[in-house]
Amino acid sequence: MPDLGPLWLSLTLAGVTTVILLLLGTPLAWWLSGTRSRLKPAIEAVTALPLVLPPTVIGFYFLIALGPASPIGSFWMKVTGDALTFSFSGLVVASIIYSLPFTVQPLQSAFESLGRSPLEAAASLRASPLDTFFSVVIPMSKRSFIAAAVLTFAHTIGEFGIVLMVGGNIPGKTKVISIAIYEHVETLNYADAHLLSASLLIFSFAVLFVVYAFVRGHRVIAR
Amino acid sequence: MHLSGGTVSSHANPPVELLLQVRITYPGFKLDVDHRVLLQGITGLFGASGGGKSTLLRIIAGFEKTARGKISFDGDAWQDSSRRQFLPSHRRPVGFVFQDTRLFDHLDVAGNLAFAAQRHKLKQSSIGQQEVLSAFDLQGLLSRRVTGLSGGERQRIAIARTLLTQPRILLLDEPLAALDRGRKSEILPYLESLPQRFGIPVIYVSHSVDEVARLCDRVIALQDGHIAAVGGAADVLNHLDEHATRLSTELFTVLEAKVIEQLTDVQLTRLDHAGQTFVVPMLTHLPNGTDVRLNVRASDVAIATEAPRNLSFRNVLRGTLSGIESRPDSPFATALVDIGGGTTVRAQLTRHAVAELNLRAGMPVFALLKTASFDRQS
Repeated sequence: MPDLGPLWLSLTLAGVTTVILLLLGTPLAWWLSGTRSRLKPAIEAVTALPLVLPPTVIGFYFLIALGPASPIGSFWMKVTGDALTFSFSGLVVASIIYSLPFTVQPLQSAFESLGRSPLEAAASLRASPLDTFFSVVIPMSKRSFIAAAVLTFAHTIGEFGIVLMVGGNIPGKTKVISIAIYEHVETLNYADAHLLSASLLIFSFAVLFVVYAFVRGHRVIAR
Repeated sequence: MHLSGGTVSSHANPPVELLLQVRITYPGFKLDVDHRVLLQGITGLFGASGGGKSTLLRIIAGFEKTARGKISFDGDAWQDSSRRQFLPSHRRPVGFVFQDTRLFDHLDVAGNLAFAAQRHKLKQSSIGQQEVLSAFDLQGLLSRRVTGLSGGERQRIAIARTLLTQPRILLLDEPLAALDRGRKSEILPYLESLPQRFGIPVIYVSHSVDEVARLCDRVIALQDGHIAAVGGAADVLNHLDEHATRLSTELFTVLEAKVIEQLTDVQLTRLDHAGQTFVVPMLTHLPNGTDVRLNVRASDVAIATEAPRNLSFRNVLRGTLSGIESRPDSPFATALVDIGGGTTVRAQLTRHAVAELNLRAGMPVFALLKTASFDRQS
């Protein structure tokens, strides 16, 4: 029986990342869907960058940006007494950036397809903009929220390159399932590699099957 | 829809002033209105498509944030761009009914109504929930999903939902335009009774002469972003060609008349206009003495130079031919017949007939109105 710790760590990382990304990505997607700001294309491009860059590139910059010598890293060290690189917190920060487009893009296109009509209707019924967002926009975009959450979760589970760069391979802290599989293969432990790979394969298929079967209208390809 | 059996309403509520000094510019379109509207009963905002009526309504509701100028309702300033003041739409006591209803699909009928009822900030509601439900016959629909409803049902729910926000003015943006004729006649009685029943003024946007003649006492005609005419419904609609030729392509006359007799055995109602009587298919819900407005199409009116006998047209009105309008490139001419009471009826005939009958301005004539042409009640 292989150590299932990496599987558990992957699920925790994906869960935490998904929750944080829904909280951060929803307002960003809402702003992008309605803004006429000249900054919009730039922000959209930055949001989509993780789709095109190799994970090693993002991981490399993270290593520099989050390292103890950097302002962010030293600040984190002062506040928490722990380094941001080669830690679980560092993995969460990296995953948030890496999976950002998988949250923002489905939500943004859902908000854009809603249009002004339901917002005007809600305003004419005395609902403030914030009230309208919670009582009209979110319920009407429910399917896209499910799609965004599932895709973000699944994409975070599948991370490898960034984790290796930023997190390393520390059991119980940063040794997620993809790293564990890599290690099993390196040490020619094919039985355990098979077991973890197969469970990841089945899990990923199940998640995508649920998305395609029950949630229509999502979009994850960069425009 | 030839008969617009609109009752000329009497009002219990005093008029309310709406000051509109607004302008907005889009590529290829400019709206500039400066007018003090006294709202009472249903006021029609009439004009051709693209004339700016819906835009003006949306400006009043606060949906057009780029509109400049001043709006105040009953003394309350809603907008004054010179003082950078803009009351957002959810704070304006306006009820807005959209052409496409915009019901919330994620809620059932009761949920849509509750959405509105929960959000007004007034301590006392003057428009009661039960009253609205019964006025729009919604009791049986409450648990239905909105996606399965007919267009007429959706529009009844949309109007009811708006009323539950306790608005002080109701803005209706072509609420019948998306409905077929059957559904229209289903909704019209509900619209007609709105001001009296709920005590609030209504602005009704439409490009349909039938609807405006039936529902509205006063009409504002809008053309190319400007007010072309303001006044009583019959007055404005009958003189559209003088104000603005492109407001309506169809020739018609809005006739004001009074119900004087119900001929129950033959299912007709006798009406009086300036001492002359004529009959229309029975207007069952109207008591004697009620004033009504009828929309008479020029193509449904014939002209005779002698009192006709043995003719199936039963409505013969005496009058004086006050003029003939014709164009050399058209086979048709329009005869204008003054039938008294300040009303000129338009009749469409061929230029050939004008020549054969030797019609000349000033001669006495008879205008023949086909009773059956009133049959299709709007």
